[in-house]
Amino acid sequence: MKSSVITFPGSNCDRDMDVALKKFGFKNKMVWHNDSEIPKSDLIILPGGFSYGDYLRCGSMASKSKIMKSVINFANSGGMVMGICNGFQILVETGLVPGVLLRNKYLEFICKNVFVKINNKNNTYFKNIDNDVLKLHIAHNEGNYFCTNDQLKEIEDNEQVAIKYCNKDGVADEQFNPNGSIKNIAGIFNKEKNVLGMMPHPERMIDPYLSGEDGSIFFNNLINNLK
Amino acid sequence: MIVNEQIALDHGLKKDEYSKICKLLNRIPNITELGIFSAMWNEHCSYKSSRLHLKKLPTKGKQVIQGPGENAGVVDIDDNDAIVFKIESHNHPSFIEPYQGAATGVGGIMRDVFTMGARPIANLNSIHFGSPQHKKTKNLLRGVVHGIGGYGNCMGVPTIAGQTNFDSSYNGNILVNAMTLGLVKKDKIFYSKAAGLNKPVIYVGSKTGRDGIHGASMASASFDEKIEEKKPTVQVGDPFTEKLLLEACLELMAGDSIISIQDMGAAGLTSSSIEMASKGNLGIEINLNKVPCREAKMTPYEIMLSESQERMLIILENGKEEQAKKIFDKWNLDFAVIGKTTKSKKIELYFDDEKVADIPVNTLVENSPMYDRKWKKAKLPKKNKIKKEDLKNLKLIDVLKKILSNPNVCSKEWIWQQYDHTVMGDTIQKPGGDSGVVRVHGTNKAVAATVDSSAVYCWAHPLTGGKQVVCESFRNLISVGSKPIAITNCLNFGSPENEDNMGEFVECVQGIGEAATYLKFPVVSGNVSFYNQTKEEGIKPTPSIGGIGLLKDYKKMISMDFKEIDNIVLVIGKTEGHIDQSLFARNILDEKNGPPPEINLFNEKNNGETLLRLIDLGYIKSAHDVSIGGIITAVAKMCIKGNKGINLHKPKYLINEIEYFFGEDQGRYIIEISRNHQKKVTDILNKNAVHYDELGTLNNNQLFINEKTKVSIDELKSYYTSWLDNYMRK
Repeated sequence: MKSSVITFPGSNCDRDMDVALKKFGFKNKMVWHNDSEIPKSDLIILPGGFSYGDYLRCGSMASKSKIMKSVINFANSGGMVMGICNGFQILVETGLVPGVLLRNKYLEFICKNVFVKINNKNNTYFKNIDNDVLKLHIAHNEGNYFCTNDQLKEIEDNEQVAIKYCNKDGVADEQFNPNGSIKNIAGIFNKEKNVLGMMPHPERMIDPYLSGEDGSIFFNNLINNLK
Repeated sequence: MIVNEQIALDHGLKKDEYSKICKLLNRIPNITELGIFSAMWNEHCSYKSSRLHLKKLPTKGKQVIQGPGENAGVVDIDDNDAIVFKIESHNHPSFIEPYQGAATGVGGIMRDVFTMGARPIANLNSIHFGSPQHKKTKNLLRGVVHGIGGYGNCMGVPTIAGQTNFDSSYNGNILVNAMTLGLVKKDKIFYSKAAGLNKPVIYVGSKTGRDGIHGASMASASFDEKIEEKKPTVQVGDPFTEKLLLEACLELMAGDSIISIQDMGAAGLTSSSIEMASKGNLGIEINLNKVPCREAKMTPYEIMLSESQERMLIILENGKEEQAKKIFDKWNLDFAVIGKTTKSKKIELYFDDEKVADIPVNTLVENSPMYDRKWKKAKLPKKNKIKKEDLKNLKLIDVLKKILSNPNVCSKEWIWQQYDHTVMGDTIQKPGGDSGVVRVHGTNKAVAATVDSSAVYCWAHPLTGGKQVVCESFRNLISVGSKPIAITNCLNFGSPENEDNMGEFVECVQGIGEAATYLKFPVVSGNVSFYNQTKEEGIKPTPSIGGIGLLKDYKKMISMDFKEIDNIVLVIGKTEGHIDQSLFARNILDEKNGPPPEINLFNEKNNGETLLRLIDLGYIKSAHDVSIGGIITAVAKMCIKGNKGINLHKPKYLINEIEYFFGEDQGRYIIEISRNHQKKVTDILNKNAVHYDELGTLNNNQLFINEKTKVSIDELKSYYTSWLDNYMRK
C-alpha cells in the first residue's frame, strides 16, 4: 500500500507519521506543500503540527497551500484522506469535513492519553476492528469540536461521527470530555466516509514502551482494509 | 550624539570601565561603539564576576567532546552519536513579561543546541515562583507555563521533565531556566570559530526589529519600582520561524559549505559576530545596510543591539552562497551576505558608506573586565529549637497528607499536561518521574535527563547545598537506570556586588565542583544569572543542575510506580533522621534553622553504582530516590503512581518514627524487588557495604504503618493531585 504524508511549513508530526506508516507496511512518501502533484497513493495524510505557525485560524493558511488542490481533488474522487490534529484542523478549513475546532475549554494546551469509542465501523478506517474502545493520545490547543445544531443533526443522521472521547468502558459523557467538544466528538468523516479528521494521534501509540499500543491496532487494521 | 561618562553610566557601565574603554581605543567611542562595549561587558555576556570561580569546575571527562565556551556542551554516547545540551536562564524577561520571556528562553536554548548541528530531542525546565499567596504568583505561573508550552509545542520538541518550586524569596524575581538536549553525529558537529580570510558572513532567519534592545543589560541589573518601563527590552518569540530556521539550518548542515555558525542570542549581532571573530583570531567587516530590517530607519546602534529572535550568523565557504540561499528561500527565510572575514582582527561596521564602528576584537573579549569580587564565607547555621516532645503529638498520616499537598511536593500535572511531551515518538518516560527519558531514534539507546535545585539547602549552607544538587541529579538519573554522564548548570543568584550573595555563589560553585569531581560528572556548559533581586532583597541561592545519563538498552529503563503486590520494598542508604531544613521542619514545625543534611560523596557514589548494577542484573522492579519529604513521601508517591498499597514498618533502631519517615538524609533510594530475588539483592548490597532497611511488602490499595494506622491510596492521591488544579482553576 502506498501512502503520502504532506509536509507544510510548521508541520511537526510528519516524521512520526512516516515512521508509523512504514512500521505497519506502507510505502510512504513525503510530499512538500509547494508541490502540485501527489505521487500515486492509497492514502494521503495531513499530519499534526502548527502549519504556518497557526497564527491565523488553525489550518486556514495550509488549507490554501498549492498541494491542497490535489488533495481536495483526490478526496472528491473517493481517495482516502486522513487528517490528524493540525491535519484535522486543515480538513475543517477546506470544508472536506463539517464543523470547526475551537480553543480547548480551559484555554490550555492538553497533552495526555484519552480513550475513544469507535462510533461507526462501517467504513474503511475502522471496518473489522475488534476493539470498541481505543486508548490514544491527544496533544492540542484547539481541539474543541463545534458545529451548528443543523450540522449536528446532519452529521448524526449520516453517521459521520467517527470517534468520541469516553472512559475505558466506552462511556462517552461530559466527564470524559477533555476539551469541551460538542457530543464528545474526537473525529468525524465526510458523508462518503473516505475522509477522516481526528484530534488523537495514533502514530504516538505504536510501541509498548511509548504511551501505549492501541495505535498499532488502528494502523494494522487500516492497512488490511486497504489491501 | 557625543558620548560622555553619563551616557556610559546610563548604559550600565561603571566609571572605571568607561575610562578603560577610552584607554583601550585611545579615543572616545561613538554611540554605536559604546553600545557594543556595554553589551559585551555586561555581566550576562562577560561573566566578569563569575569567570574566576567558574574556572574551578571540572569540565573534562572521557565522554566530553566539548566543554564550556561553545554554544552548548557535547558528550559522546557511542556509535558516532553525541548529545549537545545546555541550560540557560531567562529570569528577568519572564518576570517583566511572563509569556514572551519564557517562550524566548525556550527558543534561545534550542537555538544554542541546533547551532551546533544537533536536532533538539528534548526540552526541560526549572521554574521558581514566589509564595502561592503572593498576588503576582498565579499570573506569572500561568504566563510562564503557557510561554514554555507555546514555543516548545510549536517546535515539535517534547518537554520531558522539569521542576517547579514556590518560595517567598522569588516574590520579586521569578526564575525560568530552560534546558535542551540535541542529538548529533560526532563527525557533524558545528562550532562558532571563524576561519579563513574573505569568507562571506551570512545573516539568516527573521528580520531585525527594535525588540529586545539592551536585553542583556537589563538582565544584568536589579529590579526597582520602574520595572514596567522595561517591557520593551523583552523580545517577542516566533516559534514558527524558529521551526523553519531549524529545518533550514539542518538542511544546510547536511552539506559541507559551513565554516562556522553562531546564533544571535543575548546582544544579538554584536556578540555573535564578535565571538566568531574572537575565536578565529580574525576580523569581521559588516555592511549594516545589508542587514534585513523589520522596521524603517533603524540606526546602526539599534541594529547591533537588537535582540530580535530566530536569527543566525554563518560564515560560508566561498562560492557556496547560491546553493545556501536556495535552502533558505525554500523555507521562506531571509538570507543576506552582510560582510566578510578580514585579517584586521577588528570589528568594522559600515552604514550609508560611512565607517560607524572600528573596534579591535580583543578589547571586547580578552580585555573585558574580570572582577575578584569580595565575598563573605557563609555563617554556620543556627541550631534548631525542635523539642522531641513536640514530635510525639503529631499524627503521621495527617503530616503525610499535608506534605503530599504541599506546593513543592504535589503533582505538577497541571503544568506538564500543557507541554507536548510525546511528539517525536520516542518519549519512554514522561514528566512526573525521576528523570525524563527519550530513545535515541532508531537505536536501542536512550538518554535520561533531569533538572534539579535545592535552594533551601543552599541558603542554609551553600557549600553543602551545592554538593547536594549535583548528587540529587546523579540520583535521579540512576533511579531510571541510566548511567550519569555530565551536567550543565544555571547559577541563579542575587547581586555579586553584595558580599553575602557573592559568598553564596562562591561556596555553591565550590560544592558543585567537589561533587562533580568526585562523581566524575563534569560540567560541560552553563550560564550565570546574577542580580536576581528587587531593590535590596535577593533570592535564595539557586543553582539549577541539568544532568544527563545514558541507557544502553532502553528496555531496562526503571520507573517509580510500584509494580506488583507482595513484592518487597527496601530503602538503600542509611537513615539518621535528619530533619533540619527538611520540608517537614520548615512547613509543619515552622522551624527554619539548622544545617541541611550532610553529603557523603563516597556513599553517594557507592549506593548509586550498586543500584545501577542491580538494575542491570534485572532485579529492580521500581526505584525512586528519597528527596524532600523523606522516606514516607517517596513511598507514598510510588504507591500513588502504581496504584498499590504497602505494609510499612519502621525498623527497630532508635530513631523517632517521625524523624525516620520524614528525615531528609542523603544518598537514599527506595527500591521494589520480588521475593525470590531478595537474597541475591541483599547479598550484593552487603558485599558492597551499602546499608539498607526493609520497609515492607506491597498490598492492594492501603498504606499501613506498623500495622496500626492506615489510609487508602485513593485518599492520598487526592491530596497529592488536587492542590495545583484547585489553585489554578478555582
